[in-house]
Amino acid sequence: MRLILEKRAETPLALRVASPLLAVGLTLVSAVIIFALMGHDPWRALHIYFVMPLSDSWGLQEVAVKATPLVLISVGLALCYQSNNWNIGAEGQFLMGAMAGGWLAVATHGAPQGPWLFPAMLAAGAVGGALFALIPAVLKTRVGANEILTSLMLVYVAELLLDWLVRGPWRDPMGFNMPQTVTFSPSAVVPLLLDGGRLNLGTPIALLVVAVMAILVGRTLKGFEIKLVGEAPRAARFAGFSEKRLTWTVFAISGALAGLAGILEAAGTVRMLQPGLSPGYGFTAIIVAFLGRLNPVGCLVAGVFLAVTFIGGENAQIMLRLPLDVTRVFQGLLLFFVLACDTLLLYRVRLVGRAVA
Amino acid sequence: MDIADTQPIPLVAAERIVKRFGALTANDHVDLAVMPGEVHALLGENGAGKSTLVKMLYGLLQPDEGRILWQGRPVTLVGPRAARALGIGMVFQHFSLFEALTVAENVALALDGAGKLDDVAARLAEVSRAYGLPLDPKREVWQLSVGERQRIEIVRCLMQDPKLLILDEPTSVLTPQEAEGLFATLERIRAEGRAVLYISHKLEEVRRICEAATVLRHGKVVARCDPRAETAASLAAMMVGTEIGQVRHDAAEPTGPVRLSIRGLSLPPPEAHGVALRDISLDLHGGEILGIAGVAGNGQGELFAALSGETLAPREEQVTIDGAAVGRRGINARRKRGAAFVPEERLGHAAAPRLALSENALAAGHATNGFVRGGFLDRGRMLGWVDAVTQRFDVRKGPRDPEARALSGGNLQKFVVGREILREPGVLVVAQPTWGVDAGAAQLIRQALVDLARGGAAVLVISQDLDELLEIADRIAVIFHGRLSAPLPVRGLTRERLGLLMGGA
Repeated sequence: MRLILEKRAETPLALRVASPLLAVGLTLVSAVIIFALMGHDPWRALHIYFVMPLSDSWGLQEVAVKATPLVLISVGLALCYQSNNWNIGAEGQFLMGAMAGGWLAVATHGAPQGPWLFPAMLAAGAVGGALFALIPAVLKTRVGANEILTSLMLVYVAELLLDWLVRGPWRDPMGFNMPQTVTFSPSAVVPLLLDGGRLNLGTPIALLVVAVMAILVGRTLKGFEIKLVGEAPRAARFAGFSEKRLTWTVFAISGALAGLAGILEAAGTVRMLQPGLSPGYGFTAIIVAFLGRLNPVGCLVAGVFLAVTFIGGENAQIMLRLPLDVTRVFQGLLLFFVLACDTLLLYRVRLVGRAVA
Repeated sequence: MDIADTQPIPLVAAERIVKRFGALTANDHVDLAVMPGEVHALLGENGAGKSTLVKMLYGLLQPDEGRILWQGRPVTLVGPRAARALGIGMVFQHFSLFEALTVAENVALALDGAGKLDDVAARLAEVSRAYGLPLDPKREVWQLSVGERQRIEIVRCLMQDPKLLILDEPTSVLTPQEAEGLFATLERIRAEGRAVLYISHKLEEVRRICEAATVLRHGKVVARCDPRAETAASLAAMMVGTEIGQVRHDAAEPTGPVRLSIRGLSLPPPEAHGVALRDISLDLHGGEILGIAGVAGNGQGELFAALSGETLAPREEQVTIDGAAVGRRGINARRKRGAAFVPEERLGHAAAPRLALSENALAAGHATNGFVRGGFLDRGRMLGWVDAVTQRFDVRKGPRDPEARALSGGNLQKFVVGREILREPGVLVVAQPTWGVDAGAAQLIRQALVDLARGGAAVLVISQDLDELLEIADRIAVIFHGRLSAPLPVRGLTRERLGLLMGGA
């Protein structure tokens, strides 16, 4: 007896929805096993991980704050991945956006600032991220360099640049030699939405971006172009679409969104630039994009789910003394299961008897 | 060697082999027998099922039905390793070599139980000398010509001491001189009592070196013959088929205005294995169907891309549509001038397999059909278009707007042809309009092309199906090695004459 995979003629809609849910289910099963092996009561651990973050206002706000960058970045990555452009460097574009926008805050610190500053920082962040993302795009279309490698390697460039800036030219002179910039002044900070929490304007911005992207993908010719280039490149050429120009477009959009997420994080949550600005949002967003089926609304749902694991991981660290790496393991397992379950969309699994000679 | 005994047991035999890919039957009860010491040709057009068959003989695919016999015994080839263990070696059309490694390293990597590198290099040198395939084991692959790379693959196979060597279109990548060298090597291999299964659609070559041939068409064996006793024309006829259709059409000399014209178009090959277009000139008149015949791989795909604008001409005036120069304009500019195109490959080129029909209508019609307003899609219009094509061209499908891959070949072909004809184009360029579709769909499509031309449009049909061209075309030109012959009126044109032109005479 052996298992074979048989190509499906058509993928039922129910299965498209069921596949990411199955992946989440398998991740939870793995979580139970891991918790049990680590000597914890799995049910209590699951409760701490996945229920507690959603059970009070503070937790919900934290989830929204964490989900915002994940959703922003993943929506852009989804465009790239749909069109077969493998941008793995959102983490670097995120940091570049934070630096470009943060530069405005640092440069004007102590000088007269106006209400123009915050929108200008957002714009600078988006432009910074977009320009940084265009490097792998141009390298791909001009010299055929693999964008997976170049975009990934540029993450380290951005990380080291930030590290140098906050230890060198941008270091806070009053900061006791800590590697960080000055704390941004009030007009350079993302406005808060509620008293007594950290929920800020970034979250509605992310929701707006999701709505705009959903329309772009579902209702415009550009969205169709992205889909067609990814599905069937030759058919896209037959439709008269330029693969090259599209590569630049999707990299620029996803870089801009990652950069926007970066400056929102720097000016909203952290309120300064420092080396540990991102807990790996740019990489986690890759998981979000796939879990969300490369669909903007899907990315929103998946982003919230992944944010829960971040908060749950922090809870578990405090209450169960579990290392934060366990959260990384879950996120990795989740991506693994999402991709594995996608096989079920294209293939049917069948058990057959051995072929007789 | 035990294969030298005189019993008439085939070295390898395929019996009633069936292989299906989804709705397509790539091999339909195929029988093949290769005798020891024989150079056996497997002939057929692209898509006839040759590669599928040999992949099963080499263990890369498993047959759905039927069985494979090795020296009279049924065998199951679970993979290439099992095939090699029996004594089957295969040289693929596209090589699998590591450019940065040396010849010896490449051979050692692929050899089952290779042993030490020095031993491999020594054996390699010995084998390459014995077969007249000079190779330096220490050279790195990136420095080698295509012919030399093929030698590596052949030597690699010979070092396994195979009883059967399968060569997949070996000369398609070789210069004529390199091909001569290969033929001499094949002579030696045959003289040692080894059998060769030689896949090709180059007829002269097959007549010269093969003593038996099996001809495939649409996945079925249509003929077995001794190619030395045939002519290139008769072999071509076997390959492309001789069924008779019943489309109503009277061939006529062109009288309408020139609607599409090409002047002195030369283009380099788009990729390593592509064909260069050489000095192509052509006038296509309104009201006529001009057929372009030719054996596969003589530049048909490249010509289609140059006409559609997927490849741009060097100069603007080299391609004109209704008098307007469009050589440097892309496919949508040409569509706006009234041209329409149907590529040869249905899935992947004409249509995106996993997108709905309405989206496939959008792909070809977004510049001309009013599907897009202010950047936004008008899904109602797209669906309306699908309905109109469905009704007029009798496209049979389950749901109203299924994915393209859910349609049968014939119905999808009716859709991609109908999608263009419904626009009432002034110029229609269509490649292989009825390839692999059922007789009913083929008849409908051909009639639609004839009716379109009768309405004043200029229609260019690139096809390898001679019967189709003789049935619907007014004039036929032949493409050979990227050159286009002068068009000949169909009246008084014989299959033999065309066969000679297709063979390059």
